[in-house]
Amino acid sequence: MTEKKLESAAGDKLMIRMESVNKWYGEFHVLKDINLDVRQGERIVLCGPSGSGKSTTIRCINRLEEHQAGRIIVDGVELTSDLKQIEAIRREVGMVFQHFNLFPHLTVLENCTLAPMWVRHMPRREAEAVAMHFLERVRIPEQALKYPGQLSGGQQQRVAIARALCMKPAIMLFDEPTSALDPEMVKEVLDTMIELAESGMTMLCVTHEMGFARTVAHRIIFMDRGEIVEQAAPDEFFSNPKSERTRTFLGQILH
Amino acid sequence: MDTHIFKPDLKRPLLSVGALGWLRTNLFSNWFNTLLTLFSLYLIWLVVPPIVKWAIIDADWVGTTRADCTSEGACWVFIKMRFAQFMYGFYPHELRWRVDLTVIAAIVGAAPLFVRAMPRKLIYGAFFLVAYPALAFWLLHGGFLGLVAVPTSQWGGLMLTLVIAVVGIAGAMPLGILLALGRRSDMPAIRVICVTFIEFWRGVPLITVLFMSSVMLPLFLPEHVSIDKLLRALLAVMLFEAAYIAEVVRGGLQAIPKGQYEAAAAMGLGYWRSMGLVILPQALKLVIPGIVNTFIALFKDTSLVIIIGLFDLLNSIHQATVDPAWLGFATEGYVFAALVFWIFCFGMSRYSMSIERRLDRGHKR
Amino acid sequence: MQTTARVQPARSSLLRDPKFRGLVFQILAVFTVVGIGWYLFQNTQSNLAQRGITSGFGFLNNTAGFGILQSLIDYTETDTYGRVFVIGLLNTLLVSGLGIFFATLIGFVIGIARLSPNWLLSRLATVYIEIFRNIPPLLQIFFWYFAVLRAMPAPRASYEFFDAIYLNIRGLYLPSPIPADGFNVFAIALLAACVAIVLVARWARKRREATGQLFPTPAVAIGLLVALPGLAALVAGNPVTWSVPELRGFNFVGGLVVIPELVALTLALTLYTAAFIAENVRSGIQAVSHGQTEAARSLGLRPRHILRLVIIPQALRVIIPPLTSQYLNLAKNSSLAAAIGYPDLVSLFAGTVLNQTGQAIETIAITMSVYLAISLSISLLMNWYNKRIALVER
Repeated sequence: MTEKKLESAAGDKLMIRMESVNKWYGEFHVLKDINLDVRQGERIVLCGPSGSGKSTTIRCINRLEEHQAGRIIVDGVELTSDLKQIEAIRREVGMVFQHFNLFPHLTVLENCTLAPMWVRHMPRREAEAVAMHFLERVRIPEQALKYPGQLSGGQQQRVAIARALCMKPAIMLFDEPTSALDPEMVKEVLDTMIELAESGMTMLCVTHEMGFARTVAHRIIFMDRGEIVEQAAPDEFFSNPKSERTRTFLGQILH
Repeated sequence: MDTHIFKPDLKRPLLSVGALGWLRTNLFSNWFNTLLTLFSLYLIWLVVPPIVKWAIIDADWVGTTRADCTSEGACWVFIKMRFAQFMYGFYPHELRWRVDLTVIAAIVGAAPLFVRAMPRKLIYGAFFLVAYPALAFWLLHGGFLGLVAVPTSQWGGLMLTLVIAVVGIAGAMPLGILLALGRRSDMPAIRVICVTFIEFWRGVPLITVLFMSSVMLPLFLPEHVSIDKLLRALLAVMLFEAAYIAEVVRGGLQAIPKGQYEAAAAMGLGYWRSMGLVILPQALKLVIPGIVNTFIALFKDTSLVIIIGLFDLLNSIHQATVDPAWLGFATEGYVFAALVFWIFCFGMSRYSMSIERRLDRGHKR
Repeated sequence: MQTTARVQPARSSLLRDPKFRGLVFQILAVFTVVGIGWYLFQNTQSNLAQRGITSGFGFLNNTAGFGILQSLIDYTETDTYGRVFVIGLLNTLLVSGLGIFFATLIGFVIGIARLSPNWLLSRLATVYIEIFRNIPPLLQIFFWYFAVLRAMPAPRASYEFFDAIYLNIRGLYLPSPIPADGFNVFAIALLAACVAIVLVARWARKRREATGQLFPTPAVAIGLLVALPGLAALVAGNPVTWSVPELRGFNFVGGLVVIPELVALTLALTLYTAAFIAENVRSGIQAVSHGQTEAARSLGLRPRHILRLVIIPQALRVIIPPLTSQYLNLAKNSSLAAAIGYPDLVSLFAGTVLNQTGQAIETIAITMSVYLAISLSISLLMNWYNKRIALVER
């Protein structure tokens, strides 16, 4: 992994704004007053113990989860229950899941062309060209005609990244993209993500890979019990955590 | 270093909680959902009030003859008067305590098997499996050790249904297990024999098997041998069910990881010992739900013995509905039969589901 | 080294050779099976000789001499047992086909209702499933036949629906279509509409792949299906006239009569099997993991596209195998017809023909072979299908 800190490329345009977002699962209060601004090109890593609400937070951004109070504005569009707006936002926001969620009945190429063809109304030829372009970027163009079940975990996750990229999203969400992978496959996925970061993509990433966070993130957000406990630039975050809760957490995962 | 003070949990905002919130999210979340709710309410209104009116409000409950059934609703007097026949068939009145005792013995005897902490369960279970059938046969059939014989032609009602189902499944188990093992054997001849047997029985309807047992079996056997009608039905049911049990057990055998077979072989266990001590105990535990489901299917299928003239629960009721003294109460009879069958089948299916959940949890641990 | 001399030479006894043992075991097994078969055959031979029954299939050419309640082909009492067999087989296929059609329809509706976010509807579906699958099918047949249809009024007091459908103790009377002048033109128009739909669907797919534009194929298809035959009917006149059942004296004339036995059997088998199909559909849809829906959503796919492109193709793989076995069960359960006297294969052939001819072995063997042939061919088809659609895994 490159030691050199990635160039800070965050622009001024506000891509995501969350204003005192609250969410409940039944009676359980999972997100408490989340306030978060993400600018264009900014790369944010969310970390925290399991059940702290970090996945829920990013899943609210593309409305896989519904928030009950507060406002979420993505690229100038406010998320309400309006289906048209939800669709518009989902077109702009790509997501990569912990368990890949590739469609097992479609080939790698078909996985990648499905949404461009049905959502962006791209001709097949063009969609396939786009798909091959991104499969090349994640370094598995030779697997295009195979089915997801025939690939290794790392390869599947790279396909999932390519699939999301094929929609040319403005923002990418990563929900623990390396947690379900065997150790030797983590690096290939992280490398892909670093390359993506270098291209200036706006990224929100839930991960426990602190090395990745240190090199790639502009900002690290630490969450616990449904709220943002602390946020800071990586150097600050690792060397001088403000809250005692953060320090305990770092002590547990950094050994 | 500051200590972060966590915010308190807040109540979910109103409108989405409580009875009102529940109604909103579950029944009236949008126009389509509302439409579905109204449609469902219409269906309920269409079906439930007439049934309740017929079965309870307008029904006749007291009396002894059909003359007592004067109202519009159901005549439960009919069921009441014939109840004993539905339960015991033509089993002699004064001997029916023997049937009751058999059932009580089954419940008391089997109860310890369901206590999870029971010590030496296996030994007790084996003893129960050997001793109970002998006891049950002595009580139900008699003819020795001081009990008067009651020929099977007098057996009937729910008692006969239970006898066929229980004996059928118990008899089918050993054969089914052997067939399952045979189907997974390395020996081609054994495999072919087992596959043929299994596929044959699974491919034909039980009714043709019962026909076969009643008209073909006498031809198959030497002239002087004649078998009891019930025994013929039982044989047919056993052979038929064995094929289904075999497929269920095969599923369990396939679910046992290969490592278990290898570990057993590595310990130097031969085929029968590794099956008996290592594989089957695990596989059979896995397939308990499947066996219970097979039993439910068999329990429902016992009603087919009507075809060969046995008086099981359904046939007893069917005969009662065509009795001139009680003509016109077929609905009551079949509803009662349905209720009895339903209670048994539904109860067993819940039991099988609960075991399945327990096994699932056991696996995850 | 001297010790090598004391090692046993590789001279193991045949008895301890697993291959040899296996062979012996197999030969023994085959001998036992053949022996039992031979024993049964011998007994049968002597029993048949004793009773003076000649075996063989010659009886199929004899005259049957009895009437049949329902026959899809022409039949008179002078026809042969062979023809009776065909009638029984056709009647079995008829009731199985009707049952499969309706059970699939109801089963899918209820299975989907079971997963509805509407609490009340999903509860109703559950109640339906739990009631109908836990009551023996034979009991359900009896209920519909003896308690409902046999209790219907005489033709004069029939239940009447839309002035065209009548239900009474003699059965269900439906209007039947009779081709009229415009029939040919209408049929051609209908055929043309079907061809046009196929062509449009093809063209729409090609265009979508080439330009990305979507085309409202379903709406156009429905439009074509209505417009073309409608136009034909306008131009060429009424395609069919309906023969509506009419009460004349004590009975109905005209229309199509469905005998109560068939109604009861179809109704019971449909409702019973639909409960199982509903469960298969539910578990098939639930087997598609939630992650699949989430991934499709996060890509911005519309709900109906998610259903069509992601959920249904995967759910069908899970649903179809158990669905086929439900179809098989239904076909086998159709033999319960014997209990209410619907002239299906078992009731006619293994029942009436057996009783008249005494050819127990032959009739039962033929009956069983028919079911076996159906079961085996469906299993083979299933295996082929499973191989074809199995998800490719490492």
